[in-house]
Amino acid sequence: MSLLGDRQQLAYIAGQAADARVNVELETEGMTLNIGPQHPATHGTLRIIARLDGEQVVWAEPSCGYMHRGYEKLTEVRTYPQITALVNRIDWLGSFANEVPFILAAEKLMGVEAPLRAQHIRTILFELSRIANVSLFLGDLGVQLGAITPVFFAFRDREYVLNLIEGATGGRFHPNFDRIGGLKDDLPAGFIAETHSVMKKLRTFCDQMDTLLFGNEIFQARTRGIGIIPKDVALQYGMSGANLRASGVDWDLRRDQSLPMAWDKADWKVWTHPDGDSFARCWVRLQEVRESTLIVDQLLDTIPSGPIMAKVPKIIKVPEGEAWVSTENPLGEMGYYVVSQGDLGPFRVKIRSASFNNISITPWLLKGVYVPDIITILASLYFILGDIDR
Amino acid sequence: MNQLKEEVFPLSLTTDAPRDERRETELTRILDVLGSTVINSLVKNDDMFIRVGAPDWRTTAETLKSLGYTYFCFISAIDWMPSPFGRGEDDPTEPAPVRKTEIIQGYTGGDTRFQVLARLTQPHTSLGINIKADVADDNLSVDSWVTVFAGANWHERETWEMFGIKFNGHPDLRNMYLPTDFEGHPLRKDFPLLARLVKPWPGIVDVEPLPGGDEEEVEAS
Repeated sequence: MSLLGDRQQLAYIAGQAADARVNVELETEGMTLNIGPQHPATHGTLRIIARLDGEQVVWAEPSCGYMHRGYEKLTEVRTYPQITALVNRIDWLGSFANEVPFILAAEKLMGVEAPLRAQHIRTILFELSRIANVSLFLGDLGVQLGAITPVFFAFRDREYVLNLIEGATGGRFHPNFDRIGGLKDDLPAGFIAETHSVMKKLRTFCDQMDTLLFGNEIFQARTRGIGIIPKDVALQYGMSGANLRASGVDWDLRRDQSLPMAWDKADWKVWTHPDGDSFARCWVRLQEVRESTLIVDQLLDTIPSGPIMAKVPKIIKVPEGEAWVSTENPLGEMGYYVVSQGDLGPFRVKIRSASFNNISITPWLLKGVYVPDIITILASLYFILGDIDR
Repeated sequence: MNQLKEEVFPLSLTTDAPRDERRETELTRILDVLGSTVINSLVKNDDMFIRVGAPDWRTTAETLKSLGYTYFCFISAIDWMPSPFGRGEDDPTEPAPVRKTEIIQGYTGGDTRFQVLARLTQPHTSLGINIKADVADDNLSVDSWVTVFAGANWHERETWEMFGIKFNGHPDLRNMYLPTDFEGHPLRKDFPLLARLVKPWPGIVDVEPLPGGDEEEVEAS
């Protein structure tokens, strides 16, 4: 062996040793990263504790309870009409939609059904709150990926919808408008024409989001193939709404369940996506806003005439029994299991909120993802803290 | 008040509701498979209810999952004891009212104060089933569903902290919402709602019947 060869070999060995030494010195010990409770991606105060190895998440666990208000306990000391004011605050971006399943459950126990006109207006307001809720999601999604513009569009256009809700119910965020047996009031004059023009604006907004966000290369790079949830896992965790449909499950409670509501009077489509990644979840939501505007447009033209309240007593006592009603809320399946013992208020109410199940998948989903993807995955799962903690 | 209730609900669906054949057929199919583990079953209010024994709690979930009930909806519990505090609307200057203490379980009956309650759904038909099981007072525990439905994890943690029902085999049974050192189980009926105890309920006026108004309403109808 020549001297040069020896030297080369020695240099090689020395180089290897130096690398090894550097690796030992820089050995990445696990690091714990705390996200929240005050992070914009959390829509409230959710804290996520992530254990990292370098840039990868080894273990992540959301810590809930910063907003637990104990609604299930509070319902036991309220009368039925008072509870709608409480449940409004569960998912505060789509408040009216929270009232509907509870009222339907109480009506089912009483054997009362709202008049057709009330059912129609309920459905319209339900879809308006979905539009207000999900359009904010679309704007917020941009912010979490570093795009500032979409959120301005979203807040601007959501304002039109909130104005409509305020015009009809008197409350921008918490309508408290649904009553057992019907609605508090009829629609105001000029509502139909105004709503038609706003729906047109919202469809333009969806088109803008489509090009601005979904056609954006950076957005696609950061969401496609990230946070994939297979169909069977999604079902096991009880994920619902757009999150489930993005995993390829063609299931929408508005279409597949017969409730005294007016969804079956309109012609619309349930969108699904086969991929199950962050992009699919966002995309399905965008299509849902479009479909909702179409539902509202169709229902506005076919509102039947008639009363808006069924005949119910002034003091509402619900007969003994148990009933479960769930609807397809903006965030997913929201249901109430109401147990009545013939009193002024319920004996027990189990509130099944969508976000609680949707977010319970995060320990499984965040395992092995990179730090920047945590935020996009959380954003695409779309949860509202009030809906997790109740 | 009782008279009012009778007057206004002659149309209640409890007696002459049309038979729900779709769900009855489905329930027969389920009962065939579950066999003698089901203590009681019922089809009512567009829903199916079954009650199983606490030892069969987990196997019921496995069987239903194999029958197509793959969508996990929720797990919770019901405390059937009437609240000793009523609705927290007592006037503190008056002597405490006598309340009923008899435990009356709801649909599908029961023998114990606590029942666990869960719901599973068949996604392609949207048929759901409510499953209940009695939990003995001296042994407040049932088997965990985590191995069957991973989503049961958080629901069982919540049920544990709110009712104090243990889930055997749960990997991480700690508090979901409350601080670790919190004492008591808030959704039990004997856990007082403190806000209603420290300050008398001011809204008592609202729930009193209006003088004269309602009787006229009933007569008119």
